[in-house]
Amino acid sequence: MSETQRPKSVGARVQRLEDPRLLAGRGRFTDDHRAPDTLHLAFRRSEEAHARILAIDTATAAAMPGVVAVFTAADLAGEIRPVRAESRMRDYYATEFVALATNKVRYVGEAIAVVAAESRYLAEDAAAEIEVDFESLPPLGDTDAALAEGAALLHEEAASNVIARREFARGEVEEAFFAAPHRVGGRFRMHRKTPAAIENRAYRAEFDPGRGHLTVHSATQVPGLIRDALAEILDLPGSRLRVVAGDVGGGFGGKASLYPEEVVVAALARRLEATVKWTGDRLEDLTTTSQAFDEVVEAELAFDGAGRLLGLTAEVVGDVGAYSIYPWTASLEPVQVISFLPGPYRLPAYRGAVRAVATNKPPMGPYRGVGRPVSVFVMERLIDMAASKLGLDPVEMRRRNLVAADEFPYRAGSGLMWDRSGFHECLEAAVAEIDYAGRRAAQSAGPGADGRLIGIGVASYAELTGIGSRISAAPGMPINTGTETATIQLDSTGAVRAAFGIASHGQGLETTLAQVIADELGVAPDAVEIVQGDSAAVPHGTGTYASRSTVLAGGAAILSARGLRERIVQVAALLFEAAADDVEITDGIVAVAGTDRRMSFRELAKAFYSEMGRLPREVRDELALEVTRVYDPFFGTTTSATHIAVVAVDPETCEVEVLDYAVAEDCGRVINPAIVDGQVHGGVAQGIGAALFEEVRHDADGQCLTGSFVDYVVPSAAEIPAISVTHVESVLPATEGGFRGMGEGGTIGATGAIANAVTDALRPLDIDIMELPVTPERLFRLIQNAKINAKTKERDET
Amino acid sequence: MSGRHTITVTVNGRAYTREVAPRLLLADFLREELGLTGTHVGCEHGICGACTVLIDGDSARSCLTLAVQCDGAEVGTIEGLGRVADLGRLQQAFREHHALQCGFCTAGMLITVTDLLAKYPLASEADIREGLSGNLCRCTGYENIVRAVQDLVAAREADPA
Repeated sequence: MSETQRPKSVGARVQRLEDPRLLAGRGRFTDDHRAPDTLHLAFRRSEEAHARILAIDTATAAAMPGVVAVFTAADLAGEIRPVRAESRMRDYYATEFVALATNKVRYVGEAIAVVAAESRYLAEDAAAEIEVDFESLPPLGDTDAALAEGAALLHEEAASNVIARREFARGEVEEAFFAAPHRVGGRFRMHRKTPAAIENRAYRAEFDPGRGHLTVHSATQVPGLIRDALAEILDLPGSRLRVVAGDVGGGFGGKASLYPEEVVVAALARRLEATVKWTGDRLEDLTTTSQAFDEVVEAELAFDGAGRLLGLTAEVVGDVGAYSIYPWTASLEPVQVISFLPGPYRLPAYRGAVRAVATNKPPMGPYRGVGRPVSVFVMERLIDMAASKLGLDPVEMRRRNLVAADEFPYRAGSGLMWDRSGFHECLEAAVAEIDYAGRRAAQSAGPGADGRLIGIGVASYAELTGIGSRISAAPGMPINTGTETATIQLDSTGAVRAAFGIASHGQGLETTLAQVIADELGVAPDAVEIVQGDSAAVPHGTGTYASRSTVLAGGAAILSARGLRERIVQVAALLFEAAADDVEITDGIVAVAGTDRRMSFRELAKAFYSEMGRLPREVRDELALEVTRVYDPFFGTTTSATHIAVVAVDPETCEVEVLDYAVAEDCGRVINPAIVDGQVHGGVAQGIGAALFEEVRHDADGQCLTGSFVDYVVPSAAEIPAISVTHVESVLPATEGGFRGMGEGGTIGATGAIANAVTDALRPLDIDIMELPVTPERLFRLIQNAKINAKTKERDET
Repeated sequence: MSGRHTITVTVNGRAYTREVAPRLLLADFLREELGLTGTHVGCEHGICGACTVLIDGDSARSCLTLAVQCDGAEVGTIEGLGRVADLGRLQQAFREHHALQCGFCTAGMLITVTDLLAKYPLASEADIREGLSGNLCRCTGYENIVRAVQDLVAAREADPA
């Protein structure tokens, strides 16, 4: 075996295999398929946030041109079996999954009835004519309203609007605070955000009545999870139910849950024995796709005179919206805030408590980073506030508290275990990359000629990625998200095909997995066909979320490819009548070392499968050229990074411009640097959006005020700076291949870095950023208040 | 919704004559009537830019344009920029720079870049970012799109053809 002679694909900037089709307009997104008899759905949605449904009149709609049928929940009773987002967590109430509202509506935009018509235009015309008679109930527009004494109950049978509670504690928190010479703290607020993938959600289902087969094409990140859920809901065996995610136009967590429209499309395809399609529009996306954050965090940090952290407490209230999202539960986002709040720091005492409160807003679900963009915002602000109190530089404050190389594995206050990761290395690399000392020197010279204030913000964090079967990706969720299956085969034409349960939706997994297999097998990446995004590909799969796919599918790819290689080598040894140790594979050619005996994969496959008599007959079974392996990293591994942002704040216009941005991250072995950089760039842009621009707003009655891209501001190229990315491979983790997950990190670090940078810029005005996004309007108020406070202080002093 | 109109639209050099409802959007005309699904719809209110096409040489939102407005017009879409087996210059630059991830906004981006390169000097990075600001991308953080355009601007200067 000559490992060193093989071309190494892992680590190279291989051009993506999925790009040509996407660049030529030949991708296959869910809405792209055209079939002449397709029925198009449009939903009648609630304009009330909280109301009882008294009557639904569908007669006018049903009589309109092109309308085939109109359905309400009552019409589908018996066809859609109830499911709930279960969890073993104590103090958790699992609300029922609702496809079409029955007695009550709980948020504006909730689906009540559905029209199936010959075109989307006609379906929408008819949906607008469905009359719903409501009896309004008191709207719970925010957590204060939902927690108020005597508040109406959103789910009466839950007996409370608090549908989940959790607490983590470690060490003697009271004693730590009692003894601590210094404390900082306050009330932090992170507003509601939405993933806003550019492709809206879309579903298309085809039913084959002859065979009873239902195929659901879904713009989803989790075809395996959806298949398993639909099998239960529709009472179908998985053998007759297939969920396919073709090309998917971004997800960011928003396409990682089961949705009412998805269930209705599947149920109606079977009921109507037809191809049924629904493609959401942007208003539907902004009002019904799962949302994120929306938390209040009261936190306090205790530390000593040398800046050493002594204790941390946090009380979190999360506004989880109207339902506990399937399958992740309403606890996912807010619990993760307290799980990760202690960050990458040495912290002897911690207590974090969280309440998940149901309100009349769209359900909260997973979004890139899940909870951690909020924890990092809060903890990194606290670290800077502590540094400021002691007159320490923020970088020095972090140097003194980041877990050091010899302290791993380190158990964080919430019980999470950090394996060795480059906490300090990332900090130093980011400091060097951005020329921190030079920036500070320039900053101390005062504002520029344009009057703008310059600020520098640092944020360090750690996250758990590639989580194995020891815990589920969501708290107490009885679904295994910790294993990944790969089946790899050399078929009778000599082609290599590898199938997975993951579902790429922009991450380039077709390329990275092909690179991994290419190196193991001795072929070029483009000779490996990757099958993914299809529940029929492997017996069990979930999908792509939680920074898991490279670690889990990458690991399964290595194991299965290694197994297939061994069999190919043994087959070749028999055919060549050579020792297996002398067989080598290079660029798809199998050869005996030091001889001219060689054959292509095609020739070997032909000899193995088709040419009778060339091999002992039992070999076709014993060395079958298909290998399935399951990989389970069990614990998962720690990815870490430091982000440094440089901003300019105009105190007159209240505009914040991000001037420069540097990320240094440790994601273990990098498979494709171009793809990793791209993931970080995109993550940072979303984090900048979360910190400065993006906010889903509702009024007190639960009406969404940000129902278009005019009001929900997604940053464009003009708002995002050049972003530099430095890869730090401190020490490879124990995962197969040495990979760590990195799809979410860009977003996780950016909230803290931007909040600290804006605070740093506003130091002359003595303003602390405690609320995100820090929009021009919020900044204006902060600056006005600061001016008034300064005047009052001046007056009091004279 | 009165009557249907017969229109002839030339798309990527080929003339199509179809009978359409007056309210049919150009985006739906391209996707539903002609099967040219490379043009994507992201917001249907003219902000995200995913549906951008060229109409008589100018970039325009196909989600805000009616098909009947394009009777007699020349429309250019992503399918006209090159084929899978033979990518055009812009497509190649995007691939080399990893300027796309999910590929959903890419059609609009490529058409916008076609328009920008034809009309504007794009002398600075800020000019390029300003030019791209009507097209939202959620995956790339724009970094590699900007690099691809910088490369294309340099190539344009070296070879104005």
